[in-house]
Amino acid sequence: MEGWGRYPRHESQAIDCKRPEALAGTVAARMGLIGRGNGRSYGDAAIGEHSTLMCRGLSRMRSFDPNDATLTVEGGVMLSDILRAFVPRGYFPPVVPGTKYVTVGGMIASDVHGKNHHRDGGFGDHVSEIKLVVASGETLTCSRGRNADLFFATVGGMGMTGIIAEATFRLRPIESAWIAQKTIVTENLGEALKALQQTEDVTYSVAWIDCLSQGASLGRSLIFAGEHATLDQVGGMPGVDRFAAKNAGMFSLPFDLPQWVLNKTSVTAFNEIYFRAGARKAAKTSLVHWDKYFFPLDGILEWNRLYGRRGFLQHQCVVPAEDALPVLSGMLERFARSGKGSFLAVLKKLGGGSGLLSFPAPGYTLALDLPVTQEVFRLLDEIDELVVKAGGRLYLAKDARQSRHTFEAGYPRLAAFKELRKATGADRHFNSRLAKRLGI
Amino acid sequence: MKGIGKTLLLIGGTSDIGRATALIYAEAGWDVLLTGRKRSAVQREADDISARTGANVLVHELDILATSRFEDFVGAVSPLPDTAVCVVGELGEQSRAERELEHAAMIMRTNFEGPALLLGLLAERFAARGSGTIVGISSVAGDRGRASNYVYGAGKAGLTAFLSGLRNRLSGSGVRVLTVKPGFVRTRMTHGMKLPPLLTAEPREVAQKIFTVAEGSRGGDVVYVRRIWRPLMTAIRSIPEPIFKRLRL
Ligand SMILES: Cc1cc2nc3c(=O)[nH]c(=O)nc-3n(C[C@H](O)[C@H](O)[C@H](O)COP(=O)(O)OP(=O)(O)OC[C@H]3O[C@@H](n4cnc5c(N)ncnc54)[C@H](O)[C@@H]3O)c2cc1C
Repeated sequence: MEGWGRYPRHESQAIDCKRPEALAGTVAARMGLIGRGNGRSYGDAAIGEHSTLMCRGLSRMRSFDPNDATLTVEGGVMLSDILRAFVPRGYFPPVVPGTKYVTVGGMIASDVHGKNHHRDGGFGDHVSEIKLVVASGETLTCSRGRNADLFFATVGGMGMTGIIAEATFRLRPIESAWIAQKTIVTENLGEALKALQQTEDVTYSVAWIDCLSQGASLGRSLIFAGEHATLDQVGGMPGVDRFAAKNAGMFSLPFDLPQWVLNKTSVTAFNEIYFRAGARKAAKTSLVHWDKYFFPLDGILEWNRLYGRRGFLQHQCVVPAEDALPVLSGMLERFARSGKGSFLAVLKKLGGGSGLLSFPAPGYTLALDLPVTQEVFRLLDEIDELVVKAGGRLYLAKDARQSRHTFEAGYPRLAAFKELRKATGADRHFNSRLAKRLGI
Repeated sequence: MKGIGKTLLLIGGTSDIGRATALIYAEAGWDVLLTGRKRSAVQREADDISARTGANVLVHELDILATSRFEDFVGAVSPLPDTAVCVVGELGEQSRAERELEHAAMIMRTNFEGPALLLGLLAERFAARGSGTIVGISSVAGDRGRASNYVYGAGKAGLTAFLSGLRNRLSGSGVRVLTVKPGFVRTRMTHGMKLPPLLTAEPREVAQKIFTVAEGSRGGDVVYVRRIWRPLMTAIRSIPEPIFKRLRL
């Protein structure tokens, strides 16, 4: 079994779960089990120590109350299904990650952040209630007022507290399926950070950094700021269908690409074209379909095969805002110098997270992909030192390799989390490879 | 969502094809009545469909083998649906059916007796009203008996013949009768089998086809979900028996 990055690979017995009633027995009877949604976490978070409970079969929605836009679904419901059902009805999920092929259980367990984290927090902040199947097999209702400690351990808890059988959260009303997007071009990292700061009252914002440019243009980037387009905006555009269901064309990579395809020349050329294209659109507002704005990569199914069979790592850290500029510059320089081609890096501003192990912390987060090679592990260890020194941390949903030292330094509420695991018996029942590796 | 005042009766609401079909009708604004063997399981599907679409979805417990209950059920169903789709089916295990009468009987009754009796009853009420559409899900397996699944195939062949006769009789009465043969479908029934991609449909594709043909103005009476099945089955039907019996299909 492997994660989205295809590294590492571990043996684990897959157990299918089709009906919610079967959860109690399955969970109570097993040790070293972890829940798995759609396997979009990159590393070893969704690989059980001994067995892995495949939760995709828990795919039914339970109820929707249009009075307050409250939706209750089973834990294996896919975000893509929610979008498909509710965008045409004028609702959007409160927070979405960069792919729609994730489950609600996976989004809560990772407390995923979206391009609106600086304003709206993580997905977990919008969840009002969770039905959690704990080690004994019992289903506990957890909310901010009921079993609150279990609630805050489950949000961002990477499946280590139990199986999320059901969750209730609110959708946001939207007037159209379109995003009014403004592109800002910045020449270097300092400008990029400033621009993210300045777009703070815009709902969505994210920076795509050309992480191969060096020197004066280190960190040059395109910043995409977006708002859900209003009826007026859409109405003013002839031929634009308000709730257009249009889906970007999809194709899959039919085979693994050989390693040489992603070399420095090809990636540099790609980035050059990408940035020129972005710059041409700068300053004017354009309407972009939600699918393209939020999920540009989903148009290519199985793009993880781009990196070949050895797989790839994603490095995502967050560092506090105060010294973000020197720290992130140091990191980008290191990456650029190493020449380990990543198409692009993504930079976002984050607010705080609410779960005990939630990744988001006030500051800036930088994420980039690197193919698996021996040197990359060394490079990332060095980068982690910078993260630790800056008081930052790494995202567990992306992690496949960080050391215990890096992890423990980054998550100050770890002790409380472990305590709760012990108290509920979760420490014996729910263990992923990630949990073992990091000693959680 | 505002309803359009039409009702679908979906018999076999917990199957993958049934669920997909009910969802497509609900998305189009229909009210839906789902039946299934176990109330809690059907209720789960009904809640799902109604949460996704805002449609009215009701459930009714009904076992396709409990034929003595059919008259009460059909008498009570209100309003009388505009379209009734029966997706009930049971593949069973051929080798077990060769040895155990009870298993063989269950397969035949589930695929033929139950669906035929129920759709027949509904057709009578539709005919009395002078309108309605009956959709039976049969199978390419009923087009010719094969060593690997002839008990199942025989049941489906029975259903195909029944629907054909019903259609013949009701022609001109305002009641349409459709026979849908999905071919291979990626469902729980075929889970774990190796299926040829070109011949294999997704449940949603089957559902879309049912909806388009049943609710559209044109379309055949006997529908193969993927077109390629029609020439293929014509070819398979035309193989002379002396040769066919030696093939291992
Ligand atoms: C292209 C791409 C872009 C991404 N962009 C972002 C982004 O912008 N922001 C962001 O925050 N993340 C992002 N991610 C990461 C992704 O959102 C998370 O990894 C998410 O958790 C994956 O969901 P999943 O359903 O596939 O879960 P899995 O990967 O299967 O599991 C993830 C974790 O959730 C747990 N889990 C899953 N289901 C359950 C359940 N029912 N009960 C209990 N625990 C469960 C697992 O044990 C595991 O620890 C991205 C990933 C990809 C591939």
